[in-house]
Formats: sequence, structure tokens, C-alpha cells
Amino acid sequence: MKRSTIDIWVGIFVAAGFAGLLFLALKVGNLASFSTDQTYHVKAKFANIGGLKVRAPIKSAGVVVGRVSEVGFDNESYDAVVTMRVNAHFKFPRDTSAKILTSGLLGEQYIGLEAGGDSAMLKDGDRLRLTQPAVVLEDLIGQFLMNKAADGTNDKGGKK
Amino acid sequence: MAERNLGAGVLRGLERLGNGATSKIWRLGFAARFFLYILLNSGTAFRRFGLTIREIYFAGVFSMVIILVSGLFVGMVLGLQGYDTLQRYGSSEALGILVALSLVRELGPVVAGLLFASRAGSAITAEIGLMKATEQIAAMEMMAVDPIARVVAPRFWAGVISMPLLAALFSAMGIFGGYLVGVQLIGVDEGAFWSQMQASVDVRNDILNGVIKSVVFGVAVTWIAVFEGYDATPTAEGVSGATTRTVVTSSLAILALDFVLTALMFTGGSAQ
Repeated sequence: MKRSTIDIWVGIFVAAGFAGLLFLALKVGNLASFSTDQTYHVKAKFANIGGLKVRAPIKSAGVVVGRVSEVGFDNESYDAVVTMRVNAHFKFPRDTSAKILTSGLLGEQYIGLEAGGDSAMLKDGDRLRLTQPAVVLEDLIGQFLMNKAADGTNDKGGKK
Repeated sequence: MAERNLGAGVLRGLERLGNGATSKIWRLGFAARFFLYILLNSGTAFRRFGLTIREIYFAGVFSMVIILVSGLFVGMVLGLQGYDTLQRYGSSEALGILVALSLVRELGPVVAGLLFASRAGSAITAEIGLMKATEQIAAMEMMAVDPIARVVAPRFWAGVISMPLLAALFSAMGIFGGYLVGVQLIGVDEGAFWSQMQASVDVRNDILNGVIKSVVFGVAVTWIAVFEGYDATPTAEGVSGATTRTVVTSSLAILALDFVLTALMFTGGSAQ
């Protein structure tokens, strides 16, 4: 079989196609980050997780250190059980606390970790004791209105 | 008298309906057998890969220009329209997500598939149909050369190989077009455009599913194209009818399959 001009065009076509795929995978999908790294799992119970979803980021001091791998429900305590996959590069003390936070006013929800002072480090399968549930906007507005109403009854004499 | 005429008319109508349905099912069965026969006889297409390369040249390389240009324009339009909608909610930085997800998940495979059906599928049908009309296929059989192994299978595999590559090119070019309009022309922040895109496009859920879609479309389009060509009535009229049917049937097949695949791929993920 001898080489012909067709081959070079087909070669260019196939190379361009794979370059397109590679571009999609690396530049658009960001395959390079976090896929092959070693991880360990940590669980935490929350009274309310709000809109937290699987694959939501776990951040400590603003740096992404892992992702949520599973969201479950505890039938006995009626709490949400969140399993987190933390990159093995990042070590946290046993008494680290977890909060559910929102990026921006309407942004996605993520878990914020705050390191404690224990000398023992978290191991695979450990559970975080200190958690703070998500702030639900409706509750916040309800509280605000209640406070307003309470203020209104207190000030009644002065205003009217 | 009139009643009898009416009865005969209804009977004839029913007869035609039944006949049409039977011949449709007949064709479907033949198409399925044809597909199996292609798969069983594709040894030649890989052993003499030169044959397939020649067909990739005609189906894939010649479709590259139309795919690249339409991809660029679709991406540019997405950039303009997306920006117009997103800036009302003050989230124009999410333009990257909008452009990338809509291209990678839907528009890339579907529009590339439609273009491929009309650019390459119709050409395959016309070529095979004309070969049949000019009795080249019969001549091959006479020389104990299996026309399916020699003519049909290389074209089929060339289409199946070309389609995902073309869809990837379309998506990549579209994202570049969205970048040109969004970042260079309108002035969305470049860092936010790329980083938000990278944060929300998942390689397995979005890109791999898009590639799977384009492979399925490639199989469907080339299968329909080679079948219509092989099954064409061997006249000028028959070939032209077969070419039209290829474009219509494969476009409908792409859109219907896209619905099924999207329902399978993306509803489970978003429910979580």
C-alpha cells in the first residue's frame, strides 16, 4: 500500500477531530484537576443541607479541598448525612467543624471546613462532630419579619 | 349503488393502508438484516483500511469546512443571545457555562449530525444508488466480490468514525465562536468565562455523553444512508427519491434519538 494525498487529508481531519476532543476535555471540562488524586472520606450530619448537591465543592479558607460524594438521610436522628471526599494532600484536625455556606447571594452552596486545634488528624471514615446547617432564606426572612413585628408592638406608644 | 361504491372505496382504502404498513415493516426488517450483514462483513473494511480511509476522506474531510463554519456561527449566535439574556440577571459571566453546555450536550452532536446527514449521507446514498442503477453492484456480485463488504461496509465505518470527530470539531469551534463574541467583542471577563465553564462542565456527564450521542447519530445516519442507497429503485427517479428519503429519515432519526438519549442521560443526574 502506498501513501497518497488522501492519507494526509484524512490524517489532518483525524488529528483535528482529536484536537477538538482534547480541547473539550482539558480546556472546557478541566479533566486535569482532581480525577486521579488520592482521597479520603469524611462524614458529617447536618440538621438542614439547604440546596447542597453531590459534587458541590468543599472549601477551607476558600481553597477547594474536595467534593461532596454522597448525600443521605439518617432515619433515626432525621438529619442529613453528607459524605465528603477530601483530597489526601489536605489534612485536617479531628475537631474540624463543617458549615454549609453559599457563594454570593444566590450562588451555589458548598461546605466550608474550619480547622480545630486537635493534634490527631482525620482518617478515612471519620465523622465530623461540629456542624452548622445551611441558612434557609425563608427562615431568615421569617425571623426578620417577626423581629420587625416585635419592634412595632414595642414602639406603638411612641409612634402613634 | 352509492352504498356499494362507498363500501368498495373504504375497502380499497383499508387495503392500501395495510399494504403500506406491511411494506414499511418489510423494509424495516430488511434494514435490520442489512445492518447485521454489514457488521458481519466489515472485516474487509478494517483489513483493507485504505478503502475506509478513502471514504473518511469523502465523508469526513469534505464535511469539515461546513462543520467548522457553522460551528463558529452557531457559537457566535449563542454568545450574543446568551449575553442578552444573562445580563438581565446580572450574571453575564455565566456565558461560558451557557455556551459550553448547550454546545457539548446538545447542539454539537445534533447540528453536526444534521449537517453530516445532508452533506455526507445524501452523497453516500446517491453514490451507492447510482452504482446499483449502472449495474456496478450486480457486476461485482458476478465477479464474486461481495458488494456489501467492498462498497457498503467501508462507507458505513467511515461515517461512524467521522461523526464523533466532526461533532467534537463543531463544539470546539462553537465555544471558540462564543469566546470571540462574548469576550473579545462584548467584553465579558475572560477569566470568569473560562473558569466558570471549567467548573460546571463535567468530563464524564457532559463531554462523554456528547461523544456517545454523536457516535449513535453517526451509526444511525450512515446506516440509513447506505440502506437507502442499496435499496433504491435503480432509476434516476429512484435514486433522487432515495437521496431525499435519506435526509428526511436521518434528520428525524437524529432528533428522536436525541430526545431518547437526553432522557436517559440527563434526567437521572439532575434529580440528585
